[in-house]
Amino acid sequence: MQALTNRAKQVDRAPMTFIEQLYLWNIVKGMAITFMHMFKKQPTIRYPEQKREFSPVFRGLHVLNRDEEGKERCTACGLCAVACPAEAITMEAAERLESEEHLYREEKYAAKYEINMLRCIYCGLCEEACPKDAIYLSETFTPADFNRKNFIYKKTDLLIPNPTTDAQGFAAAKGLN
Amino acid sequence: MTILALDWFLLIEKLILIAIIIFASLGVALYTTFAERKVAAILQDRPGPNRAGPFGLLQPLADGLKLITKEEIIPTHANKWLFILGPGLAMTAALMTCAVVPWGGTIEVLGHQVDLQIADVNIGILYVFAVVSMGVYGVMIGGWASNNKFSLMAALRAASQAISYELAMGLSLIALLMVTGSLSLRTIVEQQVGHVWNIVYQPLGFLIFFICALAECNRTPFDLPEAENELNFGYHQEYSSMKLGFYLFSEYINMFISSTIMATMFFGGYDLPFVTSHLSIPGTAAIVGIVVLMAKVVMFIFLFMWIRWTIPRFRYDQLMDLGWKKMIPLALANMLVTGFFILWHQNNWHF
Repeated sequence: MQALTNRAKQVDRAPMTFIEQLYLWNIVKGMAITFMHMFKKQPTIRYPEQKREFSPVFRGLHVLNRDEEGKERCTACGLCAVACPAEAITMEAAERLESEEHLYREEKYAAKYEINMLRCIYCGLCEEACPKDAIYLSETFTPADFNRKNFIYKKTDLLIPNPTTDAQGFAAAKGLN
Repeated sequence: MTILALDWFLLIEKLILIAIIIFASLGVALYTTFAERKVAAILQDRPGPNRAGPFGLLQPLADGLKLITKEEIIPTHANKWLFILGPGLAMTAALMTCAVVPWGGTIEVLGHQVDLQIADVNIGILYVFAVVSMGVYGVMIGGWASNNKFSLMAALRAASQAISYELAMGLSLIALLMVTGSLSLRTIVEQQVGHVWNIVYQPLGFLIFFICALAECNRTPFDLPEAENELNFGYHQEYSSMKLGFYLFSEYINMFISSTIMATMFFGGYDLPFVTSHLSIPGTAAIVGIVVLMAKVVMFIFLFMWIRWTIPRFRYDQLMDLGWKKMIPLALANMLVTGFFILWHQNNWHF
């Protein structure tokens, strides 16, 4: 039969030689192999202290973006919710008042915006669907909580820090160095 | 008043020695569990336990605390007394072996000569054998009392393994005893101080003894009594809390003791070649002796672990095959050859 790869090895059914029958020589060989492993580099990343570099396309927890003046970009169009295959996103729209022009970029905004992080599969389709560059997947990951309820992230959890009042936090959330 | 004629100093000295040795072997066992995990990790390119304390050094304490605070469960259909007796017996037998090992030379305390040995029994090595064989009762009773098929199977395996390998072990020792002419461990060590170690006379005997020691300690590749993946941890499957801890501990103490016995019998005990016999101050000689013996023991324990993380377990029939058809004939042949050479030597190398 034609082998699929050239890695297949024929099983050696020859009777064991005297040295093989003694086992000891082969055991010593095996022990030499394990001994050499003492000097090999450990691939371990000591997690909380060290972190693995993410690839530039890593998709973590969501962030609701603001523009340079600190206005929220989201207009509650609902395209992200439609695009979401896990149906993790819900929102409620509201109309911007005259006094709120410094808060929201356009006339309509999301009064309520919730993502269920337990449903979310971090596919990033919301990010792709958004016409306003309002939602991004950040590099933050492994949220932990004692309560399932707390995994439904509200707007307060999702919004990026305001660049006018908290420029450092904004830069950190954006991942700009 | 004969009771007042008792040598009180001797009594107190021995009591202190016993306390020190028991606590030392418990401490060594504690840290052997840590070393086991660390060695396993390093051989597998992992860092191993490193969270509790610096380099994870407090890990065994955390493990011990966990075991003590766990809920103690005695299965409903278990034989309660035997169930409790099992781990106790295993632990007692493991600790009792330390009594005859010479841990060092002699030191002088308050004008008295103190041997660093609890009891210099003139049949020391026989005593060790007797007590070690008792250790397997702990395993058997535990396995039987658990009223569990897997545990019973493991107990059966442990018993048959111990019997098969004790024979070869005893035979390999007989050859050694023919060379030394004494059963007292101290005499055996003193013969080696300043001379060549017994390993030179008995390399094959040592090999057989070492393999049998692995089997006696239930270490891989002979860990059939507690084969995790075939018997669900075998004889201590039903055990929890500190009773389980006792079993695990006694295993590590056994490992420590058999390393000590091997170092004593074959590798000169507390002897450091070219140095020990030239140390003039008796106190330093004893302390150097303890350190040297411990270094040898650590080497052996490392070897035990190194083997464990290299070789897979034997199949049961292979185990019996190796024990009865290979080790015992080899040990017998070793005995014959040794006897031949001794007679030849006594005849001044003439036939």
